[in-house]
Amino acid sequence: MMEAILALGIGVLAGSGVWLLLRPRTFQVIVGLSLIAYAVNLFIFSMGGLRSGAPPILHARTAGDAAQYADPLPQALVLTAIVIGFATTALFLVVVLASRGLTGTDHVDGRERES
Amino acid sequence: MSRTLDHLMIAPVLLPLAAAAVMLLLDERRRVLKATINLASTLALVGIAIALMRMADGSPIAGATARVGAYPLGDWPTPFGIVMVVDRLSALMLLLTSVLASAALLYSLARWHRAGAYYHSLFQFLLMGLNGAFLTGDLFNLFVFFELLLAASYGLVLHGSNIARVKAGLHYIAINLAASMLFLIGVSLIYGVTGTLNMADLATRIPAIAPENRMLLEAGAAILGVAFLVKAGIWPLGFWLPRTYSAASAPVAALFAIMTKMGIYAVLRLWLLLFGAEAGASAGLGGDWLLIGGMATVAFGAIGMLAAQDTARLASYCVLVSSGTLLAAIGMDQVGITSGALFYLVNSTLVIGALFLLIELVERGREAGADMLAVTIEAFGDEDEAEEGEEVGFAIPATMAVLGLAFIACALGIAGLPPLPGFIAKFAMLTAALNPSALPGTGPVSAATWALLAMLLLSGLATLLAMTRTGIRVLWASADRAVPRVRAIEIAPVAVLLLLCLVLTVEGGMVMRYMQSTAQSLHAPHDYIRSVLSPAEPPGDPGEGGA
Repeated sequence: MMEAILALGIGVLAGSGVWLLLRPRTFQVIVGLSLIAYAVNLFIFSMGGLRSGAPPILHARTAGDAAQYADPLPQALVLTAIVIGFATTALFLVVVLASRGLTGTDHVDGRERES
Repeated sequence: MSRTLDHLMIAPVLLPLAAAAVMLLLDERRRVLKATINLASTLALVGIAIALMRMADGSPIAGATARVGAYPLGDWPTPFGIVMVVDRLSALMLLLTSVLASAALLYSLARWHRAGAYYHSLFQFLLMGLNGAFLTGDLFNLFVFFELLLAASYGLVLHGSNIARVKAGLHYIAINLAASMLFLIGVSLIYGVTGTLNMADLATRIPAIAPENRMLLEAGAAILGVAFLVKAGIWPLGFWLPRTYSAASAPVAALFAIMTKMGIYAVLRLWLLLFGAEAGASAGLGGDWLLIGGMATVAFGAIGMLAAQDTARLASYCVLVSSGTLLAAIGMDQVGITSGALFYLVNSTLVIGALFLLIELVERGREAGADMLAVTIEAFGDEDEAEEGEEVGFAIPATMAVLGLAFIACALGIAGLPPLPGFIAKFAMLTAALNPSALPGTGPVSAATWALLAMLLLSGLATLLAMTRTGIRVLWASADRAVPRVRAIEIAPVAVLLLLCLVLTVEGGMVMRYMQSTAQSLHAPHDYIRSVLSPAEPPGDPGEGGA
């Protein structure tokens, strides 16, 4: 049950993200990238195996029995990925604002499509 | 002595980090000081890279044997901690990066470094990311260094910002952010299946993966590969490249010549390490895709070159052709072709770097593109503006002749004609392709080989045509054009890069031997795996707290 919900959540996030990424407005692209980043972070987290009530840090009494613990590595990876994703998104936001200021439009190509 | 050398392995990451951090603290107006720090750090990196190369190749004077150096960070036992690895390929790429960076930096000191804020810091951060990515032996650490170099490159693309750069930068950042997500998905899939992120450890575990998990592993590896190929600019994923590279300022574009090679390096290293001949059922995964994708990239690049309207775009398509050639050659999966490809990689990076620098000089007297530069210098550079007029004193004589000569050299180098090493590289690739086992007349030549042969020759022809046409148009056609004012410091880096290529030709035998040993150790990575997993000095507490 937990797996199904998580898989659905990742799928919905990633799907919405990809759709937004392909839209022509820069704001949509940013939100899309953020959603994909959330989906990917959840995905990394789930790669360590899903287990409820299991701490990722060794405890003095039960040390040595790996079955009692969640895999700490994906959690560390997720933290790194979140930080990096946040920083790069912020950077992208600055460029988007610069583009808006210089071109006067929020279209990703810097000009509206002639229709 | 050997301990010092061991710590030298981490220096290519730490030195640029320290230099960049110090420069961040300095006031933006202290340009001379910043330029000095930057130059000192970059030149020191050249020295470090040479020392590491001698270590990896075994210096003949000291009688030392070649070895793969592993540097476990924090002295954690290897599969658990992050490890830096120096082998021949890493050392080669480090040297190439630092040489190219020195040339680009020297060129930018003439005026480009004044066109925006934080140029010197970003430059060093980019070098740090590149060096780290070349050195790391850990998959997730590779991601971190990739992000580092990308973040710095975003800043550099926008350096001296104008509308064209911001527009191109927007696309460049978006596609790279998306590719980074693919990178993460690939890495986590691989971790989920194998339970390790250490590249050498992965290589030992992959043959033993259970069949039901193999599909997941291969999917992860393929997604990871797509992330690298986006960076390398393979055909359907490389449309961002010409636009970004032609919009970037000249020294930045020259430095970016190494960035596509970063993607190729990752493919070369990981593919041959993880999916080499000993990967069991997964051996050679996706090799055909590399070959086909590489050829499509070359075709696209060649057509783009012939159709290119302006010189900067022509140079960008040269980048595509060179990465396509490399990918196709790697996809052939033969030691001889790989060694030729490595030679080609070095040559094409140097020549394309020189071409990007040269283009700006040639175009200078020609069009209104220089107006943008003037505007940005007005915005950022204040007191130095007045110097501009007096700098004529540094201008070199016979400007047009020198520029023309350099342009011809670039054309020859990229097309692969004799005096420059592009010819040796292509010749080596073709020789190896036609005699797979280095014996004359063994078996029929496969269709893939004929395709590679046709591709190499035709792309050379297309390059030559496009370069000749552009050269005539730019340098000869307009007799009444104003002679561009070129300073010695601007033409010197171009000349140095081209002279280095000439040295590569003269010392061809020695270089080729190095490339061959590099290719051999890439195709049979036992030494790499052994050195990483069981370093020469035993760790202090083996297996401490190991799960």
